[in-house]
Amino acid sequence: MKKSKVARGYFLNTVVIILLFTAFQILTSAKGSQGSFKLVLIPSIWQCCYLMVLAASLNLVLGFMGQLSLGHCGFMAIGAYTAALLSLACERAELFEGKSDPAFILVLFSSVIAAGLMAAVLSLLVGIPALRLKGDYLAIITLGFGMIIINIINNLPFCGQDGLALGSAGASLYKNGLGFGSKAKVQFIWFALLVTIISLALMFMFIRSKYGRAIKAIRDDEIAASASGINTAKFKVMTFAYSAFFAGVAGALYACTNATLSTSSFAFTNGGILNSTFVVVMVVLGGMGSLTGSVIAAVIMFLINYEIKNGQWVSALPASLSGIFEYPMLVYAVVLIVVIMFRPKGIFGTYEFSLQNLIPDIRRALEMHRTADAEKKEANGNA
Amino acid sequence: MPDERVPVLETRKLGITFGGLKAVSDFNIRIYPGELIGLIGPNGAGKTSVFNLLTGVYAPTEGTVILEGKPLNGKKTYQFVEAGVARTFQNIRLFKQMSVIENVKTACTKDIHYGLFAASFRTPKFWRAEKAVTEKAMGLLKICGLTNEAELPAASLPYGKQRKLEIARALATDMKILLLDEPAAGMNPTETAELLACINTIRDRFGIAILLIEHDMSLVMNICEKIQVIDYGQTIAFGTPAEIAANPKVIAAYLGE
Repeated sequence: MKKSKVARGYFLNTVVIILLFTAFQILTSAKGSQGSFKLVLIPSIWQCCYLMVLAASLNLVLGFMGQLSLGHCGFMAIGAYTAALLSLACERAELFEGKSDPAFILVLFSSVIAAGLMAAVLSLLVGIPALRLKGDYLAIITLGFGMIIINIINNLPFCGQDGLALGSAGASLYKNGLGFGSKAKVQFIWFALLVTIISLALMFMFIRSKYGRAIKAIRDDEIAASASGINTAKFKVMTFAYSAFFAGVAGALYACTNATLSTSSFAFTNGGILNSTFVVVMVVLGGMGSLTGSVIAAVIMFLINYEIKNGQWVSALPASLSGIFEYPMLVYAVVLIVVIMFRPKGIFGTYEFSLQNLIPDIRRALEMHRTADAEKKEANGNA
Repeated sequence: MPDERVPVLETRKLGITFGGLKAVSDFNIRIYPGELIGLIGPNGAGKTSVFNLLTGVYAPTEGTVILEGKPLNGKKTYQFVEAGVARTFQNIRLFKQMSVIENVKTACTKDIHYGLFAASFRTPKFWRAEKAVTEKAMGLLKICGLTNEAELPAASLPYGKQRKLEIARALATDMKILLLDEPAAGMNPTETAELLACINTIRDRFGIAILLIEHDMSLVMNICEKIQVIDYGQTIAFGTPAEIAANPKVIAAYLGE
């Protein structure tokens, strides 16, 4: 009985995802050439895609395993550079001609996978020594490793301080390979969505298996976890690598969307959207221990960021107020404080959004709300 | 009369020193299959330190732990569990945010052999293993009387049931010897009686050896076949409950001279 329910859930999710995916494809082919659709909506979706994957991947380590890692964007940078360099190499080797060549799709997928694998392998180098530490110490050391990664990339001759498009690689990098223009972004939006869906699905499978149980056990009580036969060191390093894999995938998607790659956009000092602390904010906002929460939070944070940078209303504000918006990090801090005050466990807590359980969940929540209200009234009446 | 059987768990001159303090020294015990042995002693005598030595949480500074003839020196806690030592904790340590059944399933590490690939792509192997583990976990919850609470979060259980859940989780590791660290601490008489029944069921069902730390003397005297008494890290007496109750050294340790 239970298994059929699980199977039904899978079936429902698959059908809905395929329907939405097809609907979006039809919409894209119909409206793909229109101005605002092409120039605003599609690039936004690309950005949301990699932010979702990035936030969800950090949630594995931070929310499910309870280890604070502040170097996550370092792995994203590794992924971005790996994907860009691989596609560049393929282009130089003339493996494909232009973006409509079927071979290009193969190159695209292999650069995403290579990006993930490279990030995962390097995360093992970081994770094996770092994960012996806990709490604040782990946060500090991962922060340091994140900076080291950025510095190493900066000093690699084939990556270059000024980014791939300007350095030795030359402007030709993004002519045919990754780094899509607005037309190519429309053409390959299916790719971004597909990679995001597969990544999120794989992460769900991970947490709903023995691996998920083991890392949640480590989060709740590490001593009890090892006394239950869990090799805590192995599971920690493994989850760290699994998480870095998807950070690398997010990096590859990032490389697709941007015409240039520069390490400063992944650096800790970056006030923009790709900063390791920013990703932590996303995870906390969505709820530590809820992948769907991370997805929602990634979209919310993207919208906040977008509004701060492009919103008409910002310039309409009095000068004293609009000054604040020149420092987006301040705004994120305020958002985080507000969320922690009113929803300490994040928007979703550990709840996972699910199509199948949506209606019963809403009904239960309403009922709880009602009984809480009734109790409050009763208490007031007695007083 | 020398015993011909192989002990499940044996320690030889086990000891640990913290700085200058000898927490445990020259600790020798032999536990045979199916035995229920009590480990008692006044507060701070080193009982929990012995447990930590027997489960690999502390590395002994001298002596060895031998499980079924194999020494476990230098092994980590999870390797002790793999070898067949399971324990519960004095201050309950559950996976609080996980459900009751998940707590038990987590400890079924020996029953699950699928890898990352099988988990990611949900192969039949994954489903078979998960189904088997769920059934096993439900069986253990039934023994401990927690069937109705299976889907609740572990933190929401009342105290007595949390204790039982910890035992169920320890049982899921398929151990050969179970170490119970003050299982009746903080329980009322009804809960203690239930626990006693639970421990007896486990012994009859699994035929395992149990080593029990307990302050509740009526419980210890009732169910233990043999009792070992330690004080200041030293064994001061070993024998049947009747012998222990009459031992002047034990009385001195508990009541002062």
